[in-house]
Amino acid sequence: MTTRWTRKDLLGLRELPAEEINFVLETADAFKQVGTREIKKVPALRGKTLMNFFVEPSTRTRTSFELAALRLSADVINISATTSSLTKGETLKDTARNLEALHADILVLRHSSAGAPQFLANRLKASVINAGDGAHEHPTQALLDLYTIRERRGKIAGLRVAIVGDILFSRVARSNIFGLLKLGAHVTLVGPSTLVPREFEKLGVEISHKIEEVLPQADVVNLLRIQHERQRREYFPGIGEYIRLFGLTKERAKLLKPDCLIMHPGPINRGVEIDSEVADGLHSVILDQVTNGLAVRMAVLYLCGGVSA
Amino acid sequence: MSTTVIRSGRIIDPANRRDEIADLYISHGRVVGSQSEIREELIRRGGKSEIEEIDAKGLIVAPGLIDMHVHLREPGFSHKETIESGARAAAAGGFTTVICMPNTSPAADIPSTIAWIKDRAAEVACVNVLPAGAISKNLAGEELAPIGSLAKTGVVAITDDGHCIQNHEVMRRAVEYARMVDLPVLDHCQDYNLVGAGVAHEGYWSTLLGLPGWPAAGEEVIVMRNILLAELCDHPIHCQHLTTAGSVRLLREARQRGVKISGEICPHHVALTDETIQNFDTNYKMNPPLRSQTDVDALLEGIADGTLSILCSDHAPHADFEKEVEFDAAPFGIIGLETEFGLFLDLLVHKHAKIDIVRLIEMYTVEPARLLKLDAGTLSPGSRADITLIDPALKWTVHVDQFQSASRNSPFDGWKLKGRAVRTIVGGKTVWKL
Repeated sequence: MTTRWTRKDLLGLRELPAEEINFVLETADAFKQVGTREIKKVPALRGKTLMNFFVEPSTRTRTSFELAALRLSADVINISATTSSLTKGETLKDTARNLEALHADILVLRHSSAGAPQFLANRLKASVINAGDGAHEHPTQALLDLYTIRERRGKIAGLRVAIVGDILFSRVARSNIFGLLKLGAHVTLVGPSTLVPREFEKLGVEISHKIEEVLPQADVVNLLRIQHERQRREYFPGIGEYIRLFGLTKERAKLLKPDCLIMHPGPINRGVEIDSEVADGLHSVILDQVTNGLAVRMAVLYLCGGVSA
Repeated sequence: MSTTVIRSGRIIDPANRRDEIADLYISHGRVVGSQSEIREELIRRGGKSEIEEIDAKGLIVAPGLIDMHVHLREPGFSHKETIESGARAAAAGGFTTVICMPNTSPAADIPSTIAWIKDRAAEVACVNVLPAGAISKNLAGEELAPIGSLAKTGVVAITDDGHCIQNHEVMRRAVEYARMVDLPVLDHCQDYNLVGAGVAHEGYWSTLLGLPGWPAAGEEVIVMRNILLAELCDHPIHCQHLTTAGSVRLLREARQRGVKISGEICPHHVALTDETIQNFDTNYKMNPPLRSQTDVDALLEGIADGTLSILCSDHAPHADFEKEVEFDAAPFGIIGLETEFGLFLDLLVHKHAKIDIVRLIEMYTVEPARLLKLDAGTLSPGSRADITLIDPALKWTVHVDQFQSASRNSPFDGWKLKGRAVRTIVGGKTVWKL
């Protein structure tokens, strides 16, 4: 490992070169091993303070970051939108400056606005880790997806990865697209034409609206959570039609290659984007993703936390 | 000092097709025809009055520039700008007349608010500040504002700028009604359904950055609507701050058919593209948004062939604490009065050579004066001595910290430009000089 890590922040995979993505994955290998020990804690970030600042609700990602930080011996504070002064009209900048005045070393930010982590990173001395910003990026999710693929298949280059669902509003999709392309995978986006922007073709991905044609080729199928909330009403007619056109049903799962991996960032909607049996079936690596998320986030905190010192 | 002579400048007065090196005489706030008139004047006064001499060698002497699209924020938002500071910014940009938009608080939708703005301007503004009135009550797009009364109070146009009347029937009646009182209708072209929560041009960059898209079609359907209504009502509708190739195409075709439709353009929409938003800097967030290079190219052609006839700033001051927030949450808009003329001169005349300096001046004087029926925009003898001196070759750097505006929200800080206004004269009096 000759790459040296010089980044204070992790904002997205678009700006991360392939070597640096690989470096994070290699660093995560070491931390994954820590999780299998009887004593699952290392002193790498002892004396450092991490603030989990989640302006948008999340349980899974927040818990994963919290546990990752605790295993690195950092002190952790959790702040959510409802407990922060944002609800009292304080600006994001002022809230963050207050957190910094408490000597936070690492700020993990989840925010509904694209670009919010970059906004803070430009203004704070602390490391800023993007835990999901609007529909922009969710870099640690993509890193753990890459880690899981690499772990199971031994490589990423040359694999055919299908990302299925609501691409337009998905930060998971964007970070995955950027990361997968850099590491040499073929990416196909699958979903309703209203939720799969054709602009992505300019990056070199393929777009398909026929899942039956994509599944037999795929080495990895990454399913995104499908929601039919108020802001999605104009985008597709309903869950029933979605399942009929794009759901990974038991029947469609028969089209998969035997070694194809089924992934999902969670939380899954059983019976919607994926049938229950498929989610629990042999192809599924959904729980591996959760375990690997911990190792990847430990690696990211360790690397960025080391730079901010 | 009531008499002034501006010596040896290149007088460009597009209204009179005049372009020559000559002296320009000003007496009692008016342009006078010749030196002999000045002498007679002096004799009448017993030779007591001194003559102020302004050396304009190497400079252009132009009619005072007009910006028909600015937000001076008073009443209601004086932390962003005041009529006084906005007028100073106008003077520093070479403008002698500005048209201020009615999206104040309260909105300028009743005569008393218009009267307040005019009184305030008379008291504190160093340039001519002419208010535009609202089309609809509280800019809500539902009921007509008292347009006839606004006309009597002296508004020069009506607009719901910042908002767009979505109901075509309401817009139709507004245009018909405005025809009766002879006020042009200015429209901010934005279809609310198509644009939704859009904050960036819908295209490659909005897709990559996950920002809600503002599609070009969201502007173009309203431009089309306005063309149809201008035809139906036989009355001028002016489309504000146009940004897309489609809008230029629609406007070009309609103007060739003689429809009373016109369009204006802001410098940022040709100086910048949507690529600049990738760092989420809110000084690149405006409404309508920065567009693609294809759009920029079409806008430049639209300026070159006269389809887009008026240049303006959409000067939109916001305080630092308002702009320094998440991209989604930031207000739209940038200030422009102190950079627009320099930017357009640099880009349109020098860099892209799309128009010459005479046309540039015409687009800032004769064109808006004609649309709004203003007694301005010319150096004809007897006209008010509103004059801008321009150094077309002066190299300068934009420093936002030196702006007269009360706000600093400009993406052009540090830009190096060629050519600018160097002196602004209103009613014969120098109100600003470099």
